[in-house]
Amino acid sequence: MRTTEFKSSASSRLGDKVFGVMAKSFAWLTLILLAGIIVALIVASWPSIRAFGIGFLFSDAWNPPMEDFGALIPIYGTIVTSVIALLIAVPVSFGIALFLTELAPAWLRRPLGTAIELLAAIPSIVYGMWGLLVFAPIFAKYIQPALQSTLGQVPVVGKLFAGPPLGIGLLSAGIILAIMIIPYIASVMRDVFEVTPPMLKESAYGVGCTTWEVMWGVVLPYTKTGVIGGVMLGLGRALGETMAVTFVIGNTNFLNSASLFAPGNSITSALANEFAEADPGLHTAALMELGLILFVITLIVLVVSKLLLQQLAKGEGAKS
Amino acid sequence: MNLLAKRKFINSLALTLSLSAMVFGLFWLAWILWTVFDLGLAGLSLTLFTEMTPPPGAETGGLLNAIAGSLVLVVLATLLGTPIGILAGVYLAEYGRYHRLGAVTRFINDLLLSAPSIVIGLFVYAVVVAQTGKFSAWSGVIALALIVLPVVVRTTENMLQLIPNTLREAAFALGAPKSVVISKVTLRAARAGVLTGVLLAVARIAGETAPLLFTALSNQFWSLNMNEPMANLPVTIFKFAMSPFTNWQDLAWAGVFLITMGVLLLNIIARVFLRAEKIN
Repeated sequence: MRTTEFKSSASSRLGDKVFGVMAKSFAWLTLILLAGIIVALIVASWPSIRAFGIGFLFSDAWNPPMEDFGALIPIYGTIVTSVIALLIAVPVSFGIALFLTELAPAWLRRPLGTAIELLAAIPSIVYGMWGLLVFAPIFAKYIQPALQSTLGQVPVVGKLFAGPPLGIGLLSAGIILAIMIIPYIASVMRDVFEVTPPMLKESAYGVGCTTWEVMWGVVLPYTKTGVIGGVMLGLGRALGETMAVTFVIGNTNFLNSASLFAPGNSITSALANEFAEADPGLHTAALMELGLILFVITLIVLVVSKLLLQQLAKGEGAKS
Repeated sequence: MNLLAKRKFINSLALTLSLSAMVFGLFWLAWILWTVFDLGLAGLSLTLFTEMTPPPGAETGGLLNAIAGSLVLVVLATLLGTPIGILAGVYLAEYGRYHRLGAVTRFINDLLLSAPSIVIGLFVYAVVVAQTGKFSAWSGVIALALIVLPVVVRTTENMLQLIPNTLREAAFALGAPKSVVISKVTLRAARAGVLTGVLLAVARIAGETAPLLFTALSNQFWSLNMNEPMANLPVTIFKFAMSPFTNWQDLAWAGVFLITMGVLLLNIIARVFLRAEKIN
């Protein structure tokens, strides 16, 4: 057996100190990184901030030769696609989480949970390419005409489904995003549903509640902050997702109808398409400002999500 | 309909919907994987690994330079990001667990974990590419390392927290200094978990495209010069998939197949690894 002798000599104490200082400075590095990203983006987008001011957010211009830029259309695209994604992904994720925690036989829970988590691991470029080359043609041929002949006939709502079925556009991007964020939201929901004390559920079952009533009346109210936190986490992903959106959104800065079939642009797709070829100067600065706007929005969403999830974890500690 | 029948009806309706949600989720996974297998295997050939990316309109060609470039970028980014991440994770778990700096860092790290990767690309562009005046493989490495960092910090911290305090106390009682306790006892006990984190981080950056678009860019030719743009799989796939050439699209599917298989394999290895460790 090897024996190690720990000398409390000056050199080993120095080594100990160096190790501690190094660990601490790398922790600081994480903090500095976040601040650094914000500062670097503000500095890089300063020419654009100075040239357009607050009007940048509300202008639909995007004209590189004339050096006139506005963020309205990319912001609109980002918000619309994320909202579509949430509308689809939230109920589906809730169903999946319900299935995994209450319905699935014990031997199926693990493999099914793993399968959903693997869906989250697939790189977004795979979703994007599949969306463009496989999903979009089928969507244009079957689903869009079907939507037009049903929902498209309803007044007001019908405007959302007007125009030629191209396969690509805001709606397609929203659907691909939904498929991408379902695994994130579903795994968070499953995890928070599992923190519900069994005693609560068993008492509800004991007085004769159905599975659904236990879920809707006991588990969901108990875990609602966590559920909202999970949804916000998914929203954060959807807002910042690049490749899946860039492939299918259509990449155009013109918007003259309310139709979801119309191609558009999101902040991330504008960056992915234009940045590497942008002229240094105002064009680059305007794109940097788009990045800054995106970063600030996602940070706010993520902070809210984290705080809600922490609140659930704290409540769990206090109640049990 | 009496009340009981109504409740039972609502219950079975909800449970049916829940089951269909599960089927819906798995349906996309199956469809995407099937497409990747089907079209990816069709594009798979030996020339993929022996020839360079072809110019537009060419009939043949491979992905050799892109595969090599991706390997270089991923390996260097992991080597750069992992030690920093492990040490920062050590700080959070062993030094700052109850400190304010620890709590703030943990929070910020979680934000970075979910921050849009394209913003990381913009940041590296602003601080590296814009300053040096050209796109380079090094800037791609830095961008990917910044994505590795929060993943490793998070898993290292979580895994170290699972190590029972009695282990630390036993080592301290022998007179071991803190750095020795951490490096020889706690980190060693948590090594499977930490390694899992590294594998997951590698899986994450293997398919990252957005941060490379403005940093490593891409290169049609063979280049291992770290100061020049370097070919890599994700950006090549992006370029080829958006092109009208069928030859390019076939190559893109083959590339997607390679990346997907690599990422899924890494994820499965990481899971098996962690489970084996938990049973022990």
